[in-house]
Amino acid sequence: MLDKALTGSKRYWTLVFILLSLIGAGTLAYLYQFKNGLGVTGMSRDVSWGFYISQFTFLVGVAASAVMLVIPYYLHNYKKFGKIVILGEFLAVGAVTMCLLFIVVDMGQPMRMLNVILHPTPNSILFWDATVLNGYLFLNIVIGWATLHAEKKGLPPAGWVKPLIYLSIPWAVSIHTVTAFLYAGLPGRHFWLTAIMAARFLASAFAAGPALLIILALIVRKYSKFDAGNEAIQSIGKIVAYAMTANVFFIILELFTAFYSQIPGHMHAFQYLFVGLEGHSKLVPLMWTSAILAVVALVMLIPPSIRNKESNLVVACVAVFISLWIDKGFGLVIGGFVPNPFDGVTEYWPTLPETLITLGVWATGFLVLTILYKVAISVREELGTAGAEK
Amino acid sequence: MSIDRRKFLKLAGLAGVGLGLSTSDLLFKGDAVASSSHSKAMAKERLAMVIDMRKFRTEEDYKRVIDACHSIHNVPTLIAEKNNPKNEVKWIWKDSYEHTFPDQSDDFHPEALKEKSFLLLCNHCDNPPCVRVCPTKATFKREDGLVIQDPHRCIGCRFCMAGCPYGSRSFNWVDPRLYLEKTDPAYPTRTMGVVEKCTFCVERLAKGLGPACAEQSNGGMVFGNLSDPNSEVRKLLASNYAIRRKPSLGTLPSVFYIIGGDENAG
Repeated sequence: MLDKALTGSKRYWTLVFILLSLIGAGTLAYLYQFKNGLGVTGMSRDVSWGFYISQFTFLVGVAASAVMLVIPYYLHNYKKFGKIVILGEFLAVGAVTMCLLFIVVDMGQPMRMLNVILHPTPNSILFWDATVLNGYLFLNIVIGWATLHAEKKGLPPAGWVKPLIYLSIPWAVSIHTVTAFLYAGLPGRHFWLTAIMAARFLASAFAAGPALLIILALIVRKYSKFDAGNEAIQSIGKIVAYAMTANVFFIILELFTAFYSQIPGHMHAFQYLFVGLEGHSKLVPLMWTSAILAVVALVMLIPPSIRNKESNLVVACVAVFISLWIDKGFGLVIGGFVPNPFDGVTEYWPTLPETLITLGVWATGFLVLTILYKVAISVREELGTAGAEK
Repeated sequence: MSIDRRKFLKLAGLAGVGLGLSTSDLLFKGDAVASSSHSKAMAKERLAMVIDMRKFRTEEDYKRVIDACHSIHNVPTLIAEKNNPKNEVKWIWKDSYEHTFPDQSDDFHPEALKEKSFLLLCNHCDNPPCVRVCPTKATFKREDGLVIQDPHRCIGCRFCMAGCPYGSRSFNWVDPRLYLEKTDPAYPTRTMGVVEKCTFCVERLAKGLGPACAEQSNGGMVFGNLSDPNSEVRKLLASNYAIRRKPSLGTLPSVFYIIGGDENAG
């Protein structure tokens, strides 16, 4: 089926080449980092994880969100998701690819990465994270490919696919839970040391991932014959509305605990992020952008009368995605390192090479996504099943 | 065989503890005596350092011990000045009371204490979070309590730096060999992209020597076996009020600080 990715319109190839050139720029930047060390990034002794690990964290959520389509379709037999579920699975593949790449570019000694397997260490959450992420990548490639292949031949998916699909449901939850545990189990990092972290991660994941999926499905509909169906898109909109509400609720819980208890360690990171701490306030504009976008998104998502109009839904989804990208793809990780163990503030901002590498990784994920979507769309265009069901 | 209630409870308690220990061992390695600060189950040997801040009076007192450590361990001290302070590598350094003990500092402490510098180094915790989080066992705890880093196995993920609540760990953001004042051939230099920290001079201990900082401290830093009630560290702790950094986190540091009163004001 991969051959379908080798033929395409001029527009398709333009997109592929744009992505390839971004990947090229990222690769050059990575070679520069590889030669000169991670010192070329904005990371420091005090803020020892930065953009790479925060992008990784955010994208684990995007990957996990495929389960929001798999559950209704396979467990509740919600047929309207029949067409779009493949987009969710392939989005997961692209997202996990980015996650793994972000971990690799963050390593000081990437040539030694197999040490994680050669010296397996079950007491390290990172060991489990590597395990569940690779497993999830494998599951989604196999499931997506096998079901699409069967569809192409006009057959139902092979019998062995079903158990894998069921397995992928708890597995999706596990990848984001384990990722939350990377943070939530560290003594002395008050911002992360919260029992609600995994729940918050899942809520934000199930908002940001499906929001991106709606945007992608609409782009696909615009530029190809593939139509996921209005009802499917509206249903996902509902999922985004609930998940985003839960996410904002969880953040309010965090704020209550921090500011009602008045324990300084619990308040500091929030203060740093939203009003600045000891005169340091680099992230304040970003975090307020995130907060305002979250409110805008909720106002547009909760009343059905607004949400049901597709143009509104798109705006709301873009707001959700950007809001959560800032919150999780930036604030959460950096905020955890402020204040540092000496109660001082070291600020962080990504450098140019770091930004180029980050863009390169995103481009790689989107290239994988583009190719997989191209295959899925072409298969259905040939079968004549790409259009919306009447 | 009859068994009275007291005996039964004792046995049941022991069994419970055993069960807890054996299952927790899988996930929480490195915290054999996690719940108590000086448990009866303490290892035969637990090496520790008592820093008597009363003995540190002049700049020279600090500089001597810091230089002793950094020079023999090829610590790239020129990074802050010639590269970028954010990329700094340090094994032992000084900072204010407020920064050393952020949870225990007070506006009403004596001025002299507030202005005094404290020595910071790896705490060689009895329950080290860095060991718990390391995905390759590059950081591990020895039976004598030393928390050691194998630079050849480290993948540079920096999970240990996020895990350490004391900021004791440095990452080699740049090539450390470019920032050495001079190289001591007796100790290995490190490569870029790995984490390093104080080792309590494990290489000197193997030769029967004590840590280099303690040797240069004029009695300000005393090193010994915390498990031995007759050791010098235990005697110091028994006769002076000493504190540890962030005790509420349960990491059980092996570095103790004798703060002293007015007499340390020098």
